[in-house]
Amino acid sequence: MAGDTGNIKVKIDNVRKVFNGRNGEMIALNGVSLDIKENEFVCVVGPSGCGKSTLLNIIAGLEELTSGKVYVDGKEVQGPGTERGVVFQQYALFPWLTVRKNVEFGLKLKGLKQEEVGKIADKYIKMVDLEEFANSYPKELSGGMKQRVAIARAYAVNPEVLLMDEPFGALDAQTRTQLQSELLDTWEKERKTCFFITHDVDEAIILAQRVVIMSARPGRVKEIVDIDIPYPRTQETKMTKKFLELKNYIWSQVYQEYLEVRK
Amino acid sequence: MEKKQGNASQKLYTIPGWIWVTVSFLLALGLLKLLSVMPSTSIVFASPEAMVKSFINKVNDGTIWGHIGISLFRVFGGFVIGFIVAIPVAFLMGWYKIFRNLVEPWIQFVRNIPPIAYIPLVIAGVGVGEKAKIVVIFVATFLVMVISIYQGVRNVDVTLIKAAKVLGANSNDIFLKIVIPASTPFILVGVRLGLSAALTTLVAAEMTGASRGLGMMVTSAGQYYDMATVLMGIIVIGIIGLTLEKIVKFLERKLTGWQETQVI
Repeated sequence: MAGDTGNIKVKIDNVRKVFNGRNGEMIALNGVSLDIKENEFVCVVGPSGCGKSTLLNIIAGLEELTSGKVYVDGKEVQGPGTERGVVFQQYALFPWLTVRKNVEFGLKLKGLKQEEVGKIADKYIKMVDLEEFANSYPKELSGGMKQRVAIARAYAVNPEVLLMDEPFGALDAQTRTQLQSELLDTWEKERKTCFFITHDVDEAIILAQRVVIMSARPGRVKEIVDIDIPYPRTQETKMTKKFLELKNYIWSQVYQEYLEVRK
Repeated sequence: MEKKQGNASQKLYTIPGWIWVTVSFLLALGLLKLLSVMPSTSIVFASPEAMVKSFINKVNDGTIWGHIGISLFRVFGGFVIGFIVAIPVAFLMGWYKIFRNLVEPWIQFVRNIPPIAYIPLVIAGVGVGEKAKIVVIFVATFLVMVISIYQGVRNVDVTLIKAAKVLGANSNDIFLKIVIPASTPFILVGVRLGLSAALTTLVAAEMTGASRGLGMMVTSAGQYYDMATVLMGIIVIGIIGLTLEKIVKFLERKLTGWQETQVI
């Protein structure tokens, strides 16, 4: 089965997260455990408020956990680190920097020489097909282009794990499909470990080797579904019987959780 | 019929801005002239010619430059000190909750008090010299700027800070490369409001007893019922205000053109 071999890259071990809000305690995650293998593409789906984003933030080291551990390459996560790149839903581009300077941001922090910084930036700006816009400011770009810049910026610092928090959630259907294809192309070339959050079941199946279904509050891993559809996957894949079966199954599982939330 | 109206308003849009400004200026001049000849208002409003004459007189005897110079010195003196103090205070308020909780109520309280009210305190403290005027302008500009800059620091998008962290930024990088540029638009709004507060306070500050200055010139001309000089002084203060605002607006365009939506 896909991704069954290989080293464990990210180990999420019995993670619990409790928020102390005005209305008392809110358990966002309760006993979440998951192993992500090297080079694996894992998608997480679940109803809104199931703690998907909280989990991603914990892996990124941007949020502290209440109990449990997260390891990357066997090392416990203690805060953010450049071996884990993050792509946010709201692009999070620095609006006062041009496309090029945005992509160079992390490289400069690494203390690389300007010459090398320029070369790497060129490579990734080319990868996302934005050479023409290298000197434009984010405000001059469309949503899809902004997210491409964010992806190039995350790739440029060469992380070992990519954490993506509903990166295509704010885009229109057409742009979303296009960026999915581009992401698949890149992933097949570079095979970076990907942890991708979405609420779009189609998107999860077309991208992932495994789809993790999370249950509603408190967030837990409800089920992990192997997607044994071979790569390269294209838009035609979405018409196959296998895809539709998986879609029906995963969707019904997510829908159940959605009903739980409504209760 | 309606179509014609549409065309007419379309045509208005094609008239360039400078023509509007010129027409507006001439209209103001005409109104002033009218007010100066109408019996019921002529006591207050000197004619435009009288104002020009008063200005030329003060240029010829050289006193006008002294008034403008000393007033600008006070405005900038108070403003610059206000800015230098406002920046760290605003950033401390944005960064440290304890500092914010203690200091913000003071600022909110004092900023509602007109500067004239604490002029006696200032005079008692530092006397009636240059210091008094600069202190009053400093307090006024500081209060306006600290609030606006603090808003900017508070409004820095947390996602941008997160994005910087995962790209390897430490606290220093985050401050210099994220918080400062992200709050620049608010800092410039603060500068604009600060300069305007400085001018507004100028007349009040110069009432603490001054021998020179535009505010003093206006006040003393008023005592002699020299309305031409009063109005001339007011107009000069207005022109200075307009010029300063244009300069800051220019800086805003240069420094914060990257913004998606312009901050007010």
